[in-house]
Amino acid sequence: MVQSRLPLLRRISQIFFLLVFLALLVFTSLRPAAGASGDIHLRAPVRLFFEWDPLVAVANALATHALYRGLLWSLIILLPTLFLGRFFCGWVCPMGTLQHYVGGMYSESKRGKQRIESNRYKRWQTIKYVVLIAGLVAAFFGSMAIGWLDPFSLLVRSLGLALLPAFNFAVHAVLLPMEQSNVGLIRTTGETLHTVLQATVLDFRQTHFAQGIVLGVLFVVILAASLRVTRLWCRSLCPLGALLGAVSRWSVLGLHKDAETCTRCNRCLLNCQGGDDPIGGVPWRKSECLMCMNCVDSCPEHSLTFRFFRNEKEVATPDIGRRRAVTGMAAGVVAVPLMRANTGMGKSRNDRLLRPPGSLDEEEFLSRCIRCGECMKVCPNNSLHPTLEQAGLQGLWTPTLVPRIGYCEPSCVLCSEVCPTGAIWQITPKEKGWVVGVGAQSQPVRLGTAFYDRGRCLPWAEATECIVCEEWCPVSPKAIYVEEAQVVDATGATRTLKQPRVDPSRCVGCGACEFACPLQDRPAVYVTSIGESRSPSAQILLNRK
Amino acid sequence: MAEQRENLAGAGGAGLTRREAMLQLLRVGGVAAGAAGAGYWLSRHSTRPEPARALEARRDHRVATDAALPKLTVVQGGEPRELTRQALENLGGIRRFVSRQDVVVIKPNIAWDRTPEQAANTNPELVAEMVRQCWAAGAKRVVVTDVSCNEPRRCFQRSGIQAAARAEGAEVILPEPEMFREVDLGGVVLKNWPVFTPFLEADKLLNLPIAKHHALVGATLSMKNWYGILGGQRNRLHQQIHQSLVDLASFMLPTLTVMDCYRVLLRNGPTGGNLEDVALKKTVVAGTDPVALDAWVAKAYWNLDQEQLPYLQMAARRGLGTVDFETLPVKVSQLA
Repeated sequence: MVQSRLPLLRRISQIFFLLVFLALLVFTSLRPAAGASGDIHLRAPVRLFFEWDPLVAVANALATHALYRGLLWSLIILLPTLFLGRFFCGWVCPMGTLQHYVGGMYSESKRGKQRIESNRYKRWQTIKYVVLIAGLVAAFFGSMAIGWLDPFSLLVRSLGLALLPAFNFAVHAVLLPMEQSNVGLIRTTGETLHTVLQATVLDFRQTHFAQGIVLGVLFVVILAASLRVTRLWCRSLCPLGALLGAVSRWSVLGLHKDAETCTRCNRCLLNCQGGDDPIGGVPWRKSECLMCMNCVDSCPEHSLTFRFFRNEKEVATPDIGRRRAVTGMAAGVVAVPLMRANTGMGKSRNDRLLRPPGSLDEEEFLSRCIRCGECMKVCPNNSLHPTLEQAGLQGLWTPTLVPRIGYCEPSCVLCSEVCPTGAIWQITPKEKGWVVGVGAQSQPVRLGTAFYDRGRCLPWAEATECIVCEEWCPVSPKAIYVEEAQVVDATGATRTLKQPRVDPSRCVGCGACEFACPLQDRPAVYVTSIGESRSPSAQILLNRK
Repeated sequence: MAEQRENLAGAGGAGLTRREAMLQLLRVGGVAAGAAGAGYWLSRHSTRPEPARALEARRDHRVATDAALPKLTVVQGGEPRELTRQALENLGGIRRFVSRQDVVVIKPNIAWDRTPEQAANTNPELVAEMVRQCWAAGAKRVVVTDVSCNEPRRCFQRSGIQAAARAEGAEVILPEPEMFREVDLGGVVLKNWPVFTPFLEADKLLNLPIAKHHALVGATLSMKNWYGILGGQRNRLHQQIHQSLVDLASFMLPTLTVMDCYRVLLRNGPTGGNLEDVALKKTVVAGTDPVALDAWVAKAYWNLDQEQLPYLQMAARRGLGTVDFETLPVKVSQLA
């Protein structure tokens, strides 16, 4: 049978897309380019993968009544699924591929009969449809919480913010001693490896992310669950899988079971990925099948084949039932008002919630941000971090700027270039408008405003010269201005030194002053979100446009 | 064999043979003695951790003075490349400074994420010409590097220096955290600091600063460019900036200083950004006396006298150069 070769073809496709995904992910970072000069852009950011993600597209459309930038490309996946079923899950999705691989590893809890039983269809596989309904309804009411579970979001967030930085750290920990070795051979090997890895997988600098360990452990747990039940996450929770499952209702390709030759040996269940009942005697469950084609290969009687336009009994729609569907809708309807009844967005916004440049106003932002972490991955200063409580529960894992770790580079707009949904709307360095002619009447992107803690600032409190903040201030004329003052030092002598102040009309909230302040633990100058340009209700100055 | 005997012994219910008992005692005894020995040895080696000894090395890259040649030259009215060529010629040619097989490290200012027009970093054409000259003099390696303030990848790219220097065949090295070494700078306030290693491996060191305004010291000139050899928490240097500048300048003595005054950032330095702050001066000031050089440029563009620049007076007292540049023969060339 020719069809028995399909699993091999599928494997090649899976590896190919996994590698493409990893390559895009690794290259979602600023790399020193040999001959390049002038403005900086990324050629192939990982957002290209998100643009194929129909879940992101549908949720984005529901939330904003429009489709952002490249999301129309998701039709490349959605339309073929209408005809062919969930081939995407089995052949393309890198999250699926990783689980597929782990699920195939030897596991004590999945041997012989247990393995066959674990691959039978289970009612809990419908949870994902409830998740999908809840997520889409919530999206309609303005919360992109579905991004917590979108497989690409999950993957980029976990790999980009936890596992890749950890890998980077581990590689350096091995290479550094090698490069410092006294043995020439070890040293050369270390140096060569370093050069090769630096050009391919290593990041230019070691990054650190808030909650990195949480994100990393969650991901490992999800993968490890496949040791017990193959693709547990795909089968039970993945909302993208649910969407594609629902869409494949009318697909024309399906599993043909030859009842005459089937001996009920159950071998087709050994390697079944979706838990879609390929066995004889029961109808095939179309919405669960991942088109992995393993059953075709496993069947010793050649009773299973995939055919177009076959006419057989099958369970085409997800067996979710009215009650569960209503539960999902209710959850989605209730979620958003419940989260917004809390303080955070309505009242008492967090003063340290600094959104990346180009971000839309908070309500719009939350209706778009899928928490994929691409902006955090790409930021060359490691400035952006996933929030924990700063943006409220509804904003969990959305990006916030932490100037103490990294400030916002004046002419950098990479985060806005990689954002797949327009939560950070794409801007040009010119639109960002920092550097030249910032004033009360100009309209640059402002992230917040800087303030001095005069009880800690060296020239204000300690009779010591400093103004590093002024040196770093990137706008011109500078938003930090200095005034000479006479101060008395501890010996009673009078000294003349320069004391800094902020002009709020020129400050763009980049955080360079906070970053450069020598008081590293609690800087004497810090940025809070007041005055951020995205929010008309958070302005200080009367005369600001 | 041994297993068989054990089985037999076990089956018979008898104890170990004397031979086996002795061997077992020897084994256990050996492990015990080893553990005790290793423990004792380790316990003798417990010392309070101390930071690695800093390298003590004043870096003197100067070449012999030549009474016939000026210590300071000013070339005006040309493009960066020709200005540089003329300046070198006035000072006796590149071969006076760079010999065959030299490892030359060029230190432009690549501190900020700015374009050449904004004049916050050294002009890339000037750097490129310098690289070319070094190759012409037979250098073994020509390295161009700096420890940036802003994100180095952005600074090196947008300053245009990376592309221009690479095009002339220089090695462009971006700062990496692993490439710093603790060095005793031997200064009055600057003691042990991490220094970027390429600067420690140079035979000849060429300082290529750009003249810019600076709120704290008035102007950032050639001596302030040495901030860029340091890592660590250099934001503390402002607290005693004059002493820090002198400490750095007496640690790092360059072969030659070529100051970019092609575009001069007159206000809002050292970051600038606004083209209105930039004046096109089409000038290069070069020489072997960094104190005189800084004094000349400070006077020419900001009208700052030595009284307003205490670090220059301090540097002169430390014997680093002449602050009264008027007393020096300055060779001035006017191109076109």
